[in-house]
Amino acid sequence: MGTLSPDSPWTIWVIFSPLAGAVFTFLWPRRARLAVPLVALGTVGSVACLVWQVAELGVQSHALGGWAAPLGINLYADGLSAMMLLTTALVGAAVTFYATEYFRRASETARYFWPLWLCLWTALNALFLSWDIFNLYVAFELLGLAAIALVALAGSADALTGAMRYLLVSLLGSLTYLLGVALFYSTYGTLDIGLLGDLTAPSAASWAATGLMVAGLLLKTALFPLHFWLPPAHAAAPTPVSAILSALVVKASFYLLLRLWLEVFPVTAAGLGHLLGLLGALAIVWGSLQALRQTRLKLLVAYSTVAQLGYLFLAFPLALSPVAATAWSASVFFILSHALAKAAMFLAAGNILRFAGHDRIAELGRAPYGVSLSWAAFGVAGISIIGLPPSVGFAAKWLQLEAALAGGQWWWTLPIVGGGLLATAYVFKIISCVFSQNGRTSGTNGISWRMEWTAFGLSLAALGIGFAAPQLLALLNSGTPLALHEVGSAP
Amino acid sequence: MNAAMLYALTGAGLFALGLYALAVQAHLLRKIIAFNVMGSGAFLVLGALAHRAPDQVADPVPHAMVITGIVVAVSATAFALVLMLRVQSETGQPHLPEQPSD
Repeated sequence: MGTLSPDSPWTIWVIFSPLAGAVFTFLWPRRARLAVPLVALGTVGSVACLVWQVAELGVQSHALGGWAAPLGINLYADGLSAMMLLTTALVGAAVTFYATEYFRRASETARYFWPLWLCLWTALNALFLSWDIFNLYVAFELLGLAAIALVALAGSADALTGAMRYLLVSLLGSLTYLLGVALFYSTYGTLDIGLLGDLTAPSAASWAATGLMVAGLLLKTALFPLHFWLPPAHAAAPTPVSAILSALVVKASFYLLLRLWLEVFPVTAAGLGHLLGLLGALAIVWGSLQALRQTRLKLLVAYSTVAQLGYLFLAFPLALSPVAATAWSASVFFILSHALAKAAMFLAAGNILRFAGHDRIAELGRAPYGVSLSWAAFGVAGISIIGLPPSVGFAAKWLQLEAALAGGQWWWTLPIVGGGLLATAYVFKIISCVFSQNGRTSGTNGISWRMEWTAFGLSLAALGIGFAAPQLLALLNSGTPLALHEVGSAP
Repeated sequence: MNAAMLYALTGAGLFALGLYALAVQAHLLRKIIAFNVMGSGAFLVLGALAHRAPDQVADPVPHAMVITGIVVAVSATAFALVLMLRVQSETGQPHLPEQPSD
């Protein structure tokens, strides 16, 4: 093990390296500053090796402890897993770099931040590699608890009530999911996703299980109208945590929903898909309008997340057509685009907040000069959120429009285009601050170049990674996780 | 109706009861207890599903899942209780504000 050969089980290292880091930083918090860069490097390196394996050799499957599927637990990596791991690694590395600077002074918070964040990274990687619906529950619960503890780290009343609300929602969501798991197991006698996929047939029990799991996952993905817990929790958390939550954590539950929808759930009725799409469209409109109404910068960015999550769900109705793979690919591209751009936005917003000492939008115009690069990062990330070329956001919207028109469902183009216009409005609401006032007030807190450049680098990545879209699409199709569903789709 | 079915239905009933309490009770401690009732309901369903035939040994996999589930529930409950105490000491109230602030 450990040598770079095509047969190495990199799936294990992808989970093991952040886990080892979490344990180490918990036991020896004083050494965290030394250990964390190594852990991040090891994790990103393992992900890179696994992605290379998936791209070159195809699907990677590993039976843990040598026990095969019906009894044992499989780790499984196909193109979809690889894309999610890659997104997590990109954002995770950037946030880790940012946080080493952000937590330079605040020792007590920093002490708990590192184990929790590495634990969360472990849970994310385990979630993307699990091929067993109960193992997914465990990873999912670990992810939720780590995320909520991270929100509570901020320590303010807003953060604590936000975390409490998030915890109750999260526990309700995972218990509902667990009941669905129980029903699936009792009906089909297996927890393995692959085996379940072969067995599931439309029946009362599998419909009930599907309903329970979808409901639990929608709650945790914060789809409108179940989004109420997201903005307070995401806005009140410390800056690196806001970025992690908005960029990665909500995507994990969407990934789970997508995976189960494609592999496990019985041939899905058009009704449920259209309902999810409708809720997605409402989320785009409602989230954007709420974002426009906000007077605080971080809340605006958090409501923008509610809106952007809506786009992911448009794939469910769009995939009920012959162009299903295009619709699903669009959603995965949205995940990548939103993860990079929203992480950049939250980091930029955090820099501005720390520099100015507040995030009241109306008064921000007085403090642009000390953190001009963060403002630039906000603007460049805005390009991806709005969906202008050459960003990945543009590629995602283009694929989605193509799926809508080619699939004969033109009405879905309205929320896609309208959401872009609304996003333009709220991004410009912030950007115009810089130009509207010219009082030159220096901020109270200096922001180091690292924090500014991380935000700016992420926003540039969101813009530039669009050029790699064809390669990413090829990677995504490795193991054809998205083509499966075309067989059972309605005309 | 056999015994296993009775247990499963009781579990489903507990789950529904807990869900109801989670929705209507404002006090955080009551919400946490409600979540535990829901959890017990889900575990009872899992336990009941392990039943095969009267003369056969029960399926061990659901039992393993229940044990894992209990570990998760215990840690989640401990965390929820600590968080509740922090919320109370910060805001002076053992329940969440009606509307998310701002």
